[in-house]
Amino acid sequence: MDFVTGLRCRECSRTYPAEALHVCDFCFGPLEVAYDYEAIARVISPETIAAGPQTIWRYAPLLPVADAAPIDLGTGCTPLVRADRLAAELGLGELWIKNDTANPTGSFKDRVVSVALTKARQLGFKVAACASTGNLANSVAAHAARAGMTSVVFIPHDLETAKIVTTAVYGGHLVAVEGTYDDVNRLCAELTSEHPSWAFVNVNVRTYYAEGSKTLAFEVAEQLGWQAPDHVVVPIASGSQLTKIRKGFAELHTVGLLKEEPHVRVSGAQAAGCSPVATAFAEGTDAIRPVKPNTVAKSLAIGNPADGWYALQAIRESGGSCESVTDEEIIAGIKLLARTEGIFAETAGGVTIATLAKLAAQGVVRSDERVVAYVTGHGLKTVEALAPTSGPTATIAPTLEAFAAAVDITTELGSPR
Amino acid sequence: MTVTIRIPTQLRTLTGGAGEVEVEGSTVGEALKALDAAHAGVAERLFDADGGIRRFVNVFLADEDVRFLQGIDTPVTAGQTLSIVPAVAGG
Repeated sequence: MDFVTGLRCRECSRTYPAEALHVCDFCFGPLEVAYDYEAIARVISPETIAAGPQTIWRYAPLLPVADAAPIDLGTGCTPLVRADRLAAELGLGELWIKNDTANPTGSFKDRVVSVALTKARQLGFKVAACASTGNLANSVAAHAARAGMTSVVFIPHDLETAKIVTTAVYGGHLVAVEGTYDDVNRLCAELTSEHPSWAFVNVNVRTYYAEGSKTLAFEVAEQLGWQAPDHVVVPIASGSQLTKIRKGFAELHTVGLLKEEPHVRVSGAQAAGCSPVATAFAEGTDAIRPVKPNTVAKSLAIGNPADGWYALQAIRESGGSCESVTDEEIIAGIKLLARTEGIFAETAGGVTIATLAKLAAQGVVRSDERVVAYVTGHGLKTVEALAPTSGPTATIAPTLEAFAAAVDITTELGSPR
Repeated sequence: MTVTIRIPTQLRTLTGGAGEVEVEGSTVGEALKALDAAHAGVAERLFDADGGIRRFVNVFLADEDVRFLQGIDTPVTAGQTLSIVPAVAGG
């Protein structure tokens, strides 16, 4: 059984039953899942979680659907790795990378999709759909295939080749839309009214979908020995992931898994070519002005972010910051993470690392803090961004002489070996 | 001018289930007020206390967000389509 008591509007607090509803009928505000936390606190403990599966479903009482056999590819329990070499380059102390590239389809989207489609199936949906910048497309197509559901996935036509191929391979309908992600999103929001029997994971079942991102906080706390970090750096596309990570840490305290109330500073990372939240933060305004994106970080290219306002609030309330970085800085961030820690992130990860570097240089992220940076998608998805500046360091004839002339590593070794 | 307004699920209880409604108006704001005149209750759903479009409502004219145009003062021409779309979607 689940512990959901219903849905509630974040804006006007009207309540609704736990059905396929995502916005308030009255004010169009987003609906949120309401839980019986006292009941959850009675059944959840570090021991019950440790005895659960090595997936996000170990936190089932804090998720909005209960199912003995969820639609799952083995998502979650991704590595939290100490990043001392990166920390040294950035002048930081205790730095960790949450390596969510290690999920089954290579991004954090598997978390939200596993939750959304498990709930959708329970509600009787047979069709899984979404508007996607690529990572979600991969994940919806894969999970639908595993569940035997029909999938209809909508993407902007100019996505990276890898993200198109790694969606199409699962055999569902893949519709490339001649427009930006915001055009795709508007189309899907309208289609939801015309096809109410389809589960658009990030439209009509978005209320449940978004809850999956809380597991990014749950796992980090568990991996740190049931402690919260001091500061997290999170990329912002719609802003949902950032707000749900903050909510996740708060819930762990509510149900007694974190003994002390967490005070996690939450900082946001955006690309300069699509930075409506960072701009509002810098200007000190409440209004998120939509933008027309132009950035190499296509997975973050949402010009009109649905949860931008809540992300902004979360950043301000928590004492965090929000910065944006250029395409050049994004590529440098990808290479910095790869070179220092052996982790290959997609462009969104480059945004996170470049923003982390910027905030460290500003003294906003501090060396006395325990810091977690969320790297949420795999680099193989966006190799085009790296290809112009990444290739063989030497191309030689197959001879000893040619090798000796081309490669000299003595300067990289501290002393002769 | 006669323009077509596409109605989201959330407002169809007010339009008798209709997904499209034709109204008269020369700006986005006038068209939306005409919609409210024909189907009472629409305006309080769409506009906040200050008369602006609510934060979580997007209005598109010929598939362009009117926030990129002139907001509710954006002129409309005969035969154009306005879409009212909940903002909370995607990501």
